[in-house]
Amino acid sequence: MGSYLVRRFFLMLLTLFGISVLVFVMLRLVPGNIADILFDAAGMINSADKHDLERQLGIDQPIIVQYAHWIGGLAHGDLGYSYVSEKPAIQEILPRIPITAKLAGLALMFSIVFGVPLGVLSAVRQNSALDYVLRVVSLSGLSMPAFWLGLLILMAFVHFFGTIPIYTNPPVGFWNSLALYSVPAAAVGFRSSALVMRLTRSSMLEVLRQDYIRTARAKGASDQNVNYHHALRNALLPVVTVIGIEAAFLMGGLIVTETVFNIPGIARFLVEAIRWRDYPIVQNLVMFIAVVAVSINFLIDLLYAALDPRIRYAS
Amino acid sequence: MTIKLNALAAAALAVVAVTGAQAAEPKSGGILRFYHRETPPSLSIHEEATFSVNVPAMGLYNNLVVYDQHKAQNSMGTIVPDLADSWAWSSDNLSLSFKLHQGVKWHDGQPFTSKDVKCTFDLIQGKGQDKFRKNPRKDLFKNVTDVTTNGDYEVTLHLSRPQPSILAMLASGYTPMYSCHVTAAQMRTTPIGTGPFKFVEFKQNESIKLTKNSDYFKKGLPYLDGIEYTIIPNRATAVLAFVAGRIDATFPSEMTSALIKDIKSQDPTAVCEIGPINVNSNLIVNRDKPPFDNADLRKAMALSLDRKAFIDIIFQGQGDAGGALLPPPEGVWGMPPDILKTIPGYGDVAKSREEARGIMAKLGYSADKPLKIKVSTRNLATYRDPAVVLIDQLKTVYIDAELDPVESSAWFAKVARGDYSVGLNLTGNGIDDPDQAFYENYACGSERNYTNYCNKEIEALFDKQSVETDVEKRKKLVWDIDKKLQEDVARPILMHGRSGMCWKPYVKNMTIMNNSVYNGFRYEDVWLDK
Repeated sequence: MGSYLVRRFFLMLLTLFGISVLVFVMLRLVPGNIADILFDAAGMINSADKHDLERQLGIDQPIIVQYAHWIGGLAHGDLGYSYVSEKPAIQEILPRIPITAKLAGLALMFSIVFGVPLGVLSAVRQNSALDYVLRVVSLSGLSMPAFWLGLLILMAFVHFFGTIPIYTNPPVGFWNSLALYSVPAAAVGFRSSALVMRLTRSSMLEVLRQDYIRTARAKGASDQNVNYHHALRNALLPVVTVIGIEAAFLMGGLIVTETVFNIPGIARFLVEAIRWRDYPIVQNLVMFIAVVAVSINFLIDLLYAALDPRIRYAS
Repeated sequence: MTIKLNALAAAALAVVAVTGAQAAEPKSGGILRFYHRETPPSLSIHEEATFSVNVPAMGLYNNLVVYDQHKAQNSMGTIVPDLADSWAWSSDNLSLSFKLHQGVKWHDGQPFTSKDVKCTFDLIQGKGQDKFRKNPRKDLFKNVTDVTTNGDYEVTLHLSRPQPSILAMLASGYTPMYSCHVTAAQMRTTPIGTGPFKFVEFKQNESIKLTKNSDYFKKGLPYLDGIEYTIIPNRATAVLAFVAGRIDATFPSEMTSALIKDIKSQDPTAVCEIGPINVNSNLIVNRDKPPFDNADLRKAMALSLDRKAFIDIIFQGQGDAGGALLPPPEGVWGMPPDILKTIPGYGDVAKSREEARGIMAKLGYSADKPLKIKVSTRNLATYRDPAVVLIDQLKTVYIDAELDPVESSAWFAKVARGDYSVGLNLTGNGIDDPDQAFYENYACGSERNYTNYCNKEIEALFDKQSVETDVEKRKKLVWDIDKKLQEDVARPILMHGRSGMCWKPYVKNMTIMNNSVYNGFRYEDVWLDK
């Protein structure tokens, strides 16, 4: 088990190194840099001033020098300065992480709390009226565009309650935060729980057809014991994988929800930073998201081992 | 010395008259909440060229003179004192002196003096130690040869030739005064001005907050305790936030007629206004690139245009046909309709296109053998949509065009390199003034003269109108120039767009300017009736 963990850890570091190189190079392959964007906003190009700005920001240097400068800075905890706000990148990135983390956490909770039990219910009551209803609901969740659903929710709130659940100022206190984030989290969680529900259902159905389930039933185990003790635990492996992928996605992929509900989280900030070619922000944010994604994968690997002893023994 | 004094009292009376006409006694207090359409690049007005900056930043600063914030049409007659109590031209019109208001303080408590005016011009003209990262309006003041001070409260601009428009440029929201003791870099992040509102914070993608300047030199102003601009890039969310009462006013010029209709249906109490914004869509043709170096071909392209169709399709009829300058009645200098209709391409569309097809046939093109081109434009809806209409119209004169959407950040660099054949561009004029429009967009070598149009004869006419002090005589010269520019296919103007803004009825003293979208955001005497 120890060597398995060490091997996974080094693989994680290697992956992060690969991502850092990829992000750095790809970002510079995109046409235009911050100087182009700033002059574009001014509706003019002055070559001398533009080169001057590029020199000031160090983006005229060879790419390898820029990369070494970035990695060297990271090693010392220096993330550089945002080209747009001219503030330290860490000051721009840090306050946004809890915002997205709260939203993603709530959405994930929503998807697990609704997705797993309803998926199980749908499987054990296969082809019942309840199963059909849940399948329709889950299909709608998967097929409804997040943008459209978000706007529908906002319109409904404005029409029926005369208020709008969007972020205009930082919420004060736990309950205000919960009230602010729960609506967008439900919008995201609807799609996410639909995915988890469908996967739980199909996984459960597959497990419920296994010989050992039939054996358990033959031995007189109760339905509840069979479904939740024998079947669910084994059906959870693919579900856990998907939840892990969802968790990583939610940390960086909530651009549509953050835009519709006007939440100043990291996804919207990342897109904005890409638009400005604000390299220090984009590089560091992508690395943060990568660290989260890789760490979650690592945790899932550990969870696999806990859920399925065969994986532990094989390693 | 010809003295033209504008007493503060007169301005104050005008303000009182307007407020009196609009509502009861103004109330102090409250935060005015706007939505902002995007994160602006900075709050340093001198370094930017988008009203995304002027809207939140104009209240931080003062100019020497400013357009009356309650006259919808900006003109020389609506310029009122701001940091300068009065101004006077020398008899030869080569120097313009300002008497500055005494006792004005910067937001950090330092006194405002004539040295700050000189420092501002040093920055604009790149003469000082400190430099702007970018300086989009350097050329506007190239006629200013020197700025001299006489004590702390008098300053004189010396010009290389008479230029009445200099006063209009100084009155624009684009010309605030900066201080000597704050660096250009600091002005981008934590600006210090003399204006009615002080900077509190600017969070990218989140908000811009301003608070009342209690030491403001205009006694009793501002009425508001502060202004908050919540950045809501998604317009659908912003409109719903306005209807729900989460914000008090929409971002200026962001509401189309369809959106205003939608808002009014949900909130009939909303006050909405729609009008011209002095931004035009235009056709740019690279006259150095064959076959577009042929004047006949360029003329045929201009003759293919159906401006009414552009206005109907893009702005649902809310637009105007015109030349380089915004047409009347809102525009001060634009050609009147009777001149406009004499320009080829502005009259009978079918006839113009027939003529264009004749030209194209002579050049060897036909329906079976069309000229294949690409129409380049920024990959933004406001550019792309008219470009698609343009492509459709060019087809009528044997030009088979294909849309070439260019990544926004690469657009100006591409145009500046001349790496295009035909393009569609949008041009916003900071002030409704011929000097700004002509020199910036049509003068030989100007950074914003994207087509490299260069006609020394016309340029001589630019100078002739620029020195003319008689407004009526100048207008006639300007119309003549504008007509020649259109006939010369320098940069055919497709349409002048209109857009609007809405606010809640309790927001008082809000005036929308209708011949510029850069000058009316001081908000020092806006108040909330609640």
